[in-house]
Amino acid sequence: MAGNNGSKANGLKVVGKPWKKVDAAEKCTGQTKFADDIFLPRMLHCKLLRSTVPHALIQNIDASQAVKSPGVKAVLLGRDLPTLYGIMPVAQDEYALAVDKVRMVGDPVAAVAALDEDAATEAVDRIDVEYELLPAIASIQEALDNPEPRIHEYGEYGNVHRRIAYEFGDMEAGFAEADFIREDTCFYEGNTHLPLEQHASVARFSHDGKLTLWSSTQNPHYLHRTLAKVLGLAASHVRVIATPCGGGFGGKCDPFNHDIVVSKLAMMTGRPVKICLTREEVFYCHRGRHPVLMRTKTGFKKDGAITAMHHRTFVDGGSYGGHGVASTFYTGVLQPTTYKIGRYKFDGVRVFTNKAPCGPKRGHGTPQPRFAQEVQMDKIAEQLGMDPAELRKRHLVEPNSITANWLRIGTIGLGKCIDKVLEGSGWKDRFRKMPHGKGLGLACSAYMTGAGTAIYWNSMPHSGVQLKLDRSGLVAVFCGTTEIGQGSDSMLAYIVAEVLGIDPFDIRVVTSDTDITPVDLGSYSSRVTLMAGNAAVQAAERAKDYLAQAVAEKLEVPASRLGFAERRVYDLESPDKGVSFIEAVELAETKFGTLGTTGSYKPPKAPGKFKGSGVGPSPAYSYCAAVAEVDVNPETGWVKVNRIWMAHDGGQSINPVLVMGQVEGSIYMGLGEALMEEMVYRGNRNVVHKFPSMLEYKSPTTLEMCDVVTYLLEDREPNGPFGAKEAGQGPLLPVPPAVANAVYDAVGVRIDEVPITPEKVLKAIRTKAKGQEGRYGPLTFPECEMPAPITVPTPQEGGDGKAVVREPVVEQK
Amino acid sequence: MTLRVNGELAEVAFAPHKTLLEVLREDMGLTGTKHGCELGECGTCAVLVNGQPVLSCLALTVALEGHEITTIEGMAQGPDLHPLQTAFADLGAAQCGYCTPGILLTAQALLEQVPRPSLEQIQQALAGNLCRCTGYIKIYEAVELAAARMAGEPAEPRKESVYGWE
Repeated sequence: MAGNNGSKANGLKVVGKPWKKVDAAEKCTGQTKFADDIFLPRMLHCKLLRSTVPHALIQNIDASQAVKSPGVKAVLLGRDLPTLYGIMPVAQDEYALAVDKVRMVGDPVAAVAALDEDAATEAVDRIDVEYELLPAIASIQEALDNPEPRIHEYGEYGNVHRRIAYEFGDMEAGFAEADFIREDTCFYEGNTHLPLEQHASVARFSHDGKLTLWSSTQNPHYLHRTLAKVLGLAASHVRVIATPCGGGFGGKCDPFNHDIVVSKLAMMTGRPVKICLTREEVFYCHRGRHPVLMRTKTGFKKDGAITAMHHRTFVDGGSYGGHGVASTFYTGVLQPTTYKIGRYKFDGVRVFTNKAPCGPKRGHGTPQPRFAQEVQMDKIAEQLGMDPAELRKRHLVEPNSITANWLRIGTIGLGKCIDKVLEGSGWKDRFRKMPHGKGLGLACSAYMTGAGTAIYWNSMPHSGVQLKLDRSGLVAVFCGTTEIGQGSDSMLAYIVAEVLGIDPFDIRVVTSDTDITPVDLGSYSSRVTLMAGNAAVQAAERAKDYLAQAVAEKLEVPASRLGFAERRVYDLESPDKGVSFIEAVELAETKFGTLGTTGSYKPPKAPGKFKGSGVGPSPAYSYCAAVAEVDVNPETGWVKVNRIWMAHDGGQSINPVLVMGQVEGSIYMGLGEALMEEMVYRGNRNVVHKFPSMLEYKSPTTLEMCDVVTYLLEDREPNGPFGAKEAGQGPLLPVPPAVANAVYDAVGVRIDEVPITPEKVLKAIRTKAKGQEGRYGPLTFPECEMPAPITVPTPQEGGDGKAVVREPVVEQK
Repeated sequence: MTLRVNGELAEVAFAPHKTLLEVLREDMGLTGTKHGCELGECGTCAVLVNGQPVLSCLALTVALEGHEITTIEGMAQGPDLHPLQTAFADLGAAQCGYCTPGILLTAQALLEQVPRPSLEQIQQALAGNLCRCTGYIKIYEAVELAAARMAGEPAEPRKESVYGWE
């Protein structure tokens, strides 16, 4: 059985080995410069005045006292930055500072730059804003019930931001083939990234008209475009440097209002301007997990084969668009990537509410539907009297196949992953066989290794790498990737070192500087290792060609016979004959002149050809399976997760110890979502966040974190560099449903809502004791008129990936 | 005021209301000490005062004259990393690296008191330090590894920590 490649990664010298990270020493000695660690001469400090009301028109802003406040150098209002922006071209709905209206508590209204933070804070307090209050919308149902007042003047209608409807195949036929049909409703509460680093940025505007912004962003490229647009500067005069990011998890993907504000203030004052958000402000920046209400109708046969699935989601977007349209797609598009689903229909509705805007958090839009699907699989198994693992294994998606919704699946190691966690957890002897209060639960998932489409439409590379080599022997790698702790800088060094036969620490990695490094789209969608890694392979192979040609001439052997290893270039047929790597570079520099190469990567074309088919395709999908073991106290409802066994099919690890770290971190974050994390508001009290602090927003400490047993399945993926797939997001997804399924095994109640808090468990236990259904979760599902779906026949039905052209509807009398 | 930081005396002038976190970062240029909340909730800003972990965001600097303050910048001895730092690097226990200084110093204080701590003792000692990247697993393993090496054992990371279970 293929599996963990361990230390024997098939002849590779660097890839597959547990090297230290190239930035490990810096990070362990406090030398890494995060954005807030930058102090520039004459630097001013910025503070934002934020809305104290959830929904209001701005009647008047009086900043006259702030301007006169001691130490103040500039005051900025919304009218000074009147250009709308947003990360997605379809959602240009944000102002850097509110212009005429605020849409949430925390919306920035004005900004001050002053000599120090205290002076800026004092000045901000002196700004008076008169609001004309509007009714606020605090939930999905309220958004549907109250089309007026609209939070935004765009979108579908009322407070419905976006509706999407897809039908893959003949649903009627699909449900008719089923022996059973069941419909389940569940809710996944929103939660937030909670990076330890508070967002920060520093702007400098030089007198030659050029702007430099250091920012804690994950996506310098999109921020670069936004700054140029909103500030009215040529993009070539804007330089964004993404500082090492002190935790991102998706929360630093959007271009933020404070990035724009400090840039503008630097332009106004001619001095550097810094902002570092308070923790409370970070909560209001959010862009995290959308609360999603889901109803899934699934038709299945006696053996569990799914003939049809109609999956519906209502997505609480908060106050702005952000990534939300993509997030909404993600609440449905990846459902068919794990088990065969004959026909698939997906309806998604995103609404605006007067809460902090939601967006991409680790797993972007997919943990919620994966929870719905994996809990339902457990229920289907129960209904059929089948083992839930057997049910899943019997109906796995085939490798090298195309799903009902036109996603191309390459390698899939899910079956092996399931076997691993079953074996590890002692499933056969323990599932449904443990004493009351103890349980095991299984869940699986798949995730993209990079989004197949850029956020704005273009046909250019998604990632570029430049290499510089010179007679010193140093190889410098330039790439726009952003190090957010996942090890992307190290990954570039490992890959280039592997190709050139040198040590990764012989390499200087220069990243995330839009002036200096080639474009990489950013650290999101688990795209970096595959996309930048492939670009790095190409650049390094081209450099290797130069060196090989020059060395071949010197050694008088064909270039194809040269090996690169251990800092040498040598004749593969007589390895003693060779030159050092430095000599090889000297020879090449002599022969070709100054050496430099480039590499770039573009994902393969997706098989779907219908509108909206750009969301979901990926060069490769990672897979994983998890078993959670829980203790549930039937008296208190307290859930303790003892251990999670996780098997992850991430292809060949570029560095296994870093992959382990990603898997463990994903399990941790999934555990927090499963048990305790929730981004909730006081709907009846001004829609303020219930607890915008790290003490009260519960996240797992060392005392709540469970034991973890990780298995890495390292079958190589042809589309990945050296066979790698993603690791940083996928392993989060099965954790919440595995915990929910384990709770059912332990105490026989279904908690169809995340987080699974003691209150909910206890309620379900009590209703069960009364002879009612032992369940906690939503009972009703809102109605919303949907547009006619985009209808695409499935590959099995002989479709060609295109939507069916509709005949105009003729009304029948 | 004279502060004793990382074994050296330094004359520092600052506003009297400033916290130790602010003085270290803003007045002494020791930005290795990070902050995550400035409210004493996350443990990110931990430094050692007389060998004990203290949240620098809650410590008033004027009260610390004559006390021995250790920051992450003072952890390595010359060019040699502290065994905890090496173990963290070996195991990738610093992902984004932002909570790392506070955790390293808290772990150092633990190892001074309990040279070979049990897993539970490590968990208790680090219960006040949030980390959002690692799930704490690699941190525990690194503390254990460092403790073994400090006891003179030629310890290496366990195979399961690095490659996963077979």
